[in-house]
Amino acid sequence: MIRSLIAVALVGLSALAVATFPRSVLVFLLFQGSLLYVFKARMPDPLRWGLLATSLLVLMPTIGYFNSYYLEVATQVGIFVALALGLNIVVGLAGLLDLGYVAFFAVGAYSWAILGSPHANVIFGGETFPLAGWWFYVFLFVGLGTAAITGILLGLPVLRLHGDYLAIVTLGFGEVIRVLANNLDKPINFTNGPKGITPISRPPTPFGIPYGEFFYFLALLIVVAVIVVNRRLEDSHIGRAWEAIREDELAARAMGVSLVRMKLMAFACGASFAGVMGVLFSAKQVFINPESFTFLESIGVLAMVILGGMGSIPGAIVGATVVTVLNLQVLKGFSLWLNELKNAGVTVLGYSLADLPTQFEPAKYERMVFGIILVLMMIFRPQGIFPARRRQRELAK
Amino acid sequence: MPALFEARGVTKRFGGLTALHDVHFAIDQGISSIIGPNGAGKTTLFNIFTGLYGADEGSVTFRDQPLLGLRPDQITALGICRTFQNIRLFANMTAIENVLVGMNSRISLRLWDVLSRSPGFRRTESELAARAVSLLDRVGLQASANIVARNLPYGDRRRLELARALASEPALLLLDEPTAGMTQGEASALMHLLRNLVADLGLAIILIEHNMRVVMEVSDRVTVLDHGEKIAEGPPREVQSDARVIEAYLGKRGAAPRTRGRAAH
Repeated sequence: MIRSLIAVALVGLSALAVATFPRSVLVFLLFQGSLLYVFKARMPDPLRWGLLATSLLVLMPTIGYFNSYYLEVATQVGIFVALALGLNIVVGLAGLLDLGYVAFFAVGAYSWAILGSPHANVIFGGETFPLAGWWFYVFLFVGLGTAAITGILLGLPVLRLHGDYLAIVTLGFGEVIRVLANNLDKPINFTNGPKGITPISRPPTPFGIPYGEFFYFLALLIVVAVIVVNRRLEDSHIGRAWEAIREDELAARAMGVSLVRMKLMAFACGASFAGVMGVLFSAKQVFINPESFTFLESIGVLAMVILGGMGSIPGAIVGATVVTVLNLQVLKGFSLWLNELKNAGVTVLGYSLADLPTQFEPAKYERMVFGIILVLMMIFRPQGIFPARRRQRELAK
Repeated sequence: MPALFEARGVTKRFGGLTALHDVHFAIDQGISSIIGPNGAGKTTLFNIFTGLYGADEGSVTFRDQPLLGLRPDQITALGICRTFQNIRLFANMTAIENVLVGMNSRISLRLWDVLSRSPGFRRTESELAARAVSLLDRVGLQASANIVARNLPYGDRRRLELARALASEPALLLLDEPTAGMTQGEASALMHLLRNLVADLGLAIILIEHNMRVVMEVSDRVTVLDHGEKIAEGPPREVQSDARVIEAYLGKRGAAPRTRGRAAH
């Protein structure tokens, strides 16, 4: 009872605080923290889901009305949650270490970017492109399918590989896709090379909602769908087969698990989530180039899965949120704060902060902070923030 | 009538080493044991039977269907399942989940059934769970259903592996040293269980075993391998007194004891 009251108060007050201080990063973090509290604390389930739904469906867009950047952050979080959940199937459940996961995101993004922009005219000639905006909705599924097929294409040659060897091949695959995107501007200009593709069409939105809110809600919808699919797979013979492969591949084969089918299915399912989000990403950004799909992005998504807890759905969600918010808000917030101090001419122990070299900006430490967090996690909580819990079955006698 | 399971002239070489040479083996029903000193090729034979290794020569048939060249999961689907010498459970899954994985080859659901939670899916899942519970019950593990396999005591893990193998509804069960590390009492209980399985389900069982008391007590037939060759075969009493078997285990009378191979208990 007390916990329920605390939860309601936390969510309400922090949302109010964000509306009052729309520029304070700390207050927004408090709002996110209150959602985590609602998720974890003991309270009646209807209240829990009611609070979460209100927060995500009503409060968050309202906050976005006061500070549209927060909505952008939330959308980014949504994109990375879906990516982390997809990779969680491949790495966390099936135990197939994939270091080139962002390639599937790229495949989805480029599928809409090419056909949803005037660039396709360069390839096919004529004036038929860009496709009309509503095709975007069709392409959510095209992106899903294309990425799934790409996943199978990657899966086929690596069926016999495990561990380190698999990691190296998938890493190479990720790089191949990026290098292709970089160089397929000749002989036929498919990707426009490093210059990237722009302008990518945006879809007509229902009821004319502004694009900020539209992409937020769409990302949220996809994330919910991804969670449902993920849970259903996990709780079926398919999920059990994946875990069996992760635990002991040889025993899994001997117990009747078809490695070929199950591994390809894992790659295809994981990839398809990234493909959908890729389509959304390209429309949201209007412009994409190969820089968005580097090896570091793959590592970033993997870090989210490891941080959250391998094979755990809440883990992947929290991991993705923490990492994205850290990147987009906390470190940038520190940089801004430091800059303000500099401009104000503050001195610390007689040393003027204005003399501080720009290399010391916290935003430039992104990867280092990451590294430190991961190392600390491995030492103190190697199972992740929310480790996967075994389902306890009710056994009717 | 041809035997349920038959291997003819199976030969397997690893580089220069001939692990199995022209081995013939057949089983129709009951319990048949394969014994022999360490390194005689017993586990290699199992690995060939279950599709983990290919054979260089010979043929293996099950219900008249050739097995060589099939994948392990296909062989399991046909009705042959096994346990491992060094227990290979899915360590981070619960006991009941281990058993459920064993049923994988008997599930005909499609991806769409899983994603849509179709009535067929729900029905299948609850049937599977009920069967898994009854299998755990059979090996005496129903109280441990929700315990992660890694945390089970040693003897329970061996019995869980047996339940997992039974989950695929095999007609032929291959058990690789199921009583290793068990006390005599536990071993006897397990053999009693195996006898019941043969009686209740009409299973045929091939047993690799070092515990001679167990072998002599439970087997209908015994096959002895040494250096990859079959040196004797027959009812337990007969094999026990076979001169070549005694020689393989204990060495030639009057000769220096052999360092390789370990004596029977």
